[in-house]
Order: sequence, then structure tokens, then C-alpha cells
Amino acid sequence: MMTPLHKQLLNDYQGNFPLSPRPYQDIATELGVSESDVIKALTELNETDVITRIGPVIPPNRIGVSTLAAIAVPEAHLHDIAQIVSACPEVNHNYEREHYFNLWFVIIASDADHLQQVITGIEQQTGYSVMSLPLMDDYFIDLSFRMDLHDC
Amino acid sequence: MLDSTDRKIIQATQAGLPLTPEPYQAIAEQLGLTAGDIMKRLLAMQDKGIIRRIGVVPNHYKLGYRFNGMTVWDIPDEATDELGQKVGQLDFVSHCYHRPRHLPEWPYNLFAMVHAKNREDVDNQIRQIAELLGGFNHGCDVLYSTRILKKTGFRSSEKSACDQSVIDQAT
Repeated sequence: MMTPLHKQLLNDYQGNFPLSPRPYQDIATELGVSESDVIKALTELNETDVITRIGPVIPPNRIGVSTLAAIAVPEAHLHDIAQIVSACPEVNHNYEREHYFNLWFVIIASDADHLQQVITGIEQQTGYSVMSLPLMDDYFIDLSFRMDLHDC
Repeated sequence: MLDSTDRKIIQATQAGLPLTPEPYQAIAEQLGLTAGDIMKRLLAMQDKGIIRRIGVVPNHYKLGYRFNGMTVWDIPDEATDELGQKVGQLDFVSHCYHRPRHLPEWPYNLFAMVHAKNREDVDNQIRQIAELLGGFNHGCDVLYSTRILKKTGFRSSEKSACDQSVIDQAT
């Protein structure tokens, strides 16, 4: 269902999206297709949710302050506790994971005080303590995650 | 670090660049700027490291990468920089972070996110990380995600109110 053009766009344009007046035209020229082919293919990837968007990606802690937090919740209460956590606007990912600490979420706040307020608020609302593991170093290597798309 | 114009540009592009022939022009018109201003500021933010990259953001899950493992490692604190760089370079690792331990229940200080199409591949990836860490590996665990309970979306139909949702931090 994915064409070679879809695959090229997915694997080769995770970075280096042209900062030029006609970026889709520039990509088209590089790939030997037309600008409308590129726009059409990207629109298809977007509409089918294969890509979440095209745009700038911001590393953690460049804007605001964030932490990775976890709670150990008995299975029977997980659903209710997860709902309380997800309802918090400062929480932007919330995953259930297989572990004693089974609820993992990222909190992003405007500053350190705000972050602490959010953590305290979640603890008060849920009745469980929150383990906060703020980022100390980010070992980002400038390579895009390469995907095997042969069976897509 | 960021002025209000930079913030507006980040906010305006969080749902994705428009899929029209002149996307920067479209953003510029919204903000009362020129396309040149937008491109110049995006480039400057990239140079300063405020923007990591500009491009297609794939949805790994949709592409069959259903196994998202958070691998966590207990390594000596003084070795985190050197080993973190090496682990981060592995092509199946999307994010690699140093975080504090939380003793006694959480002894791990290095986090590496791996993505695979099946559990076997994840097991194989964990073996490769363990090999790379060698004698510095004092313990590890892998936490599979069993359910995504919330992930702030970026589809244009679902514009988030929070300008920080574009932040690239996987759990």
C-alpha cells in the first residue's frame, strides 16, 4: 500500500526538510518527481496517520522543564489512576508498562516550581507517590531512526 | 533564549507545516511576518539547538513497530557520558538518556528506547546493548508498553493547546 515515494519520504526526510520558499518542489527535484506528487504523497501519509506531522522537533528541556515520572499502582486501580494522570494538561505521554512501576508519564511545566506543583497535585489526587526521574543528559546522535519498510 | 516571535513560530508549526506549495509563506501570513523571517528564525533555532530537526515525524506504531521497549541500565555514573554516546548511536535506539537513580527501588541510570516489530527483535537489541556495555552493566530491565493511555496528538484536526507538546521525549 506504500509506494516507493512514500518510503523515500519517510526514511530520507526525517531531518533536512528544506528551508526554502518551495520545499516540496526542492524535494521533488531531488527525487525526480513533481511537486504535486510530493504534496499528494505526504498528504496521504498524514491522513493515514503514518506520519504525525512534518515540522520542527524540539529536544526536552529547551522550552519549559520536564520530567519522566512513574507510579506503582495495583492493577485494580490502574484505570482510575491513569485517568487522573492523563487529565492533567501538563502530562503529554502516559503509558502503561509491564513492571512494578506500571504507569509512566512525561510532565512538561513552565518552570521548576510549576513542575513540583504538578507532581504534588498528582500525588494528592491519586494518593500514590510519584517517582520523578528528570533528564540529566540527552545522548542524541544526529541520525534518524531507520525503518524497515519492506513489508509495509 | 527564545523571544516571543520564536515562540509564535513554534506554536504555529506544532500541528505540522501546511501541505501547500509555499508552507513558510502560509505561516508568515498567519503571523504577520515574511516567509524569509520564518526560514531565518527556524534556521537560527536549529543552529542554537532549540530545534533538533525539521522533517517528517513518523508514527512508529502505525508502521508496525508495535514493540516499544524502554530498556534501563545500571552503569557507573562516571561512565554514563561515554557509554550513553555509544548506545545512542545504535540505529535501533531512538532516544538515550541519563536519568537519576531512585534507590532502593529504581537502580537504573541509563535509558535507551528501542522499537521493533516483535519481541524477539527487542531481545536481540537488548543483547547488543549489553554486549556494548560489557562489564559496566550492573543490571538491566526492559519495560514494554502495554497500552498508550495518552499521547498528545499533532494531527491538524486536533490542535493541542499546549505549545510544548512538540517536545521529542518518548517515555
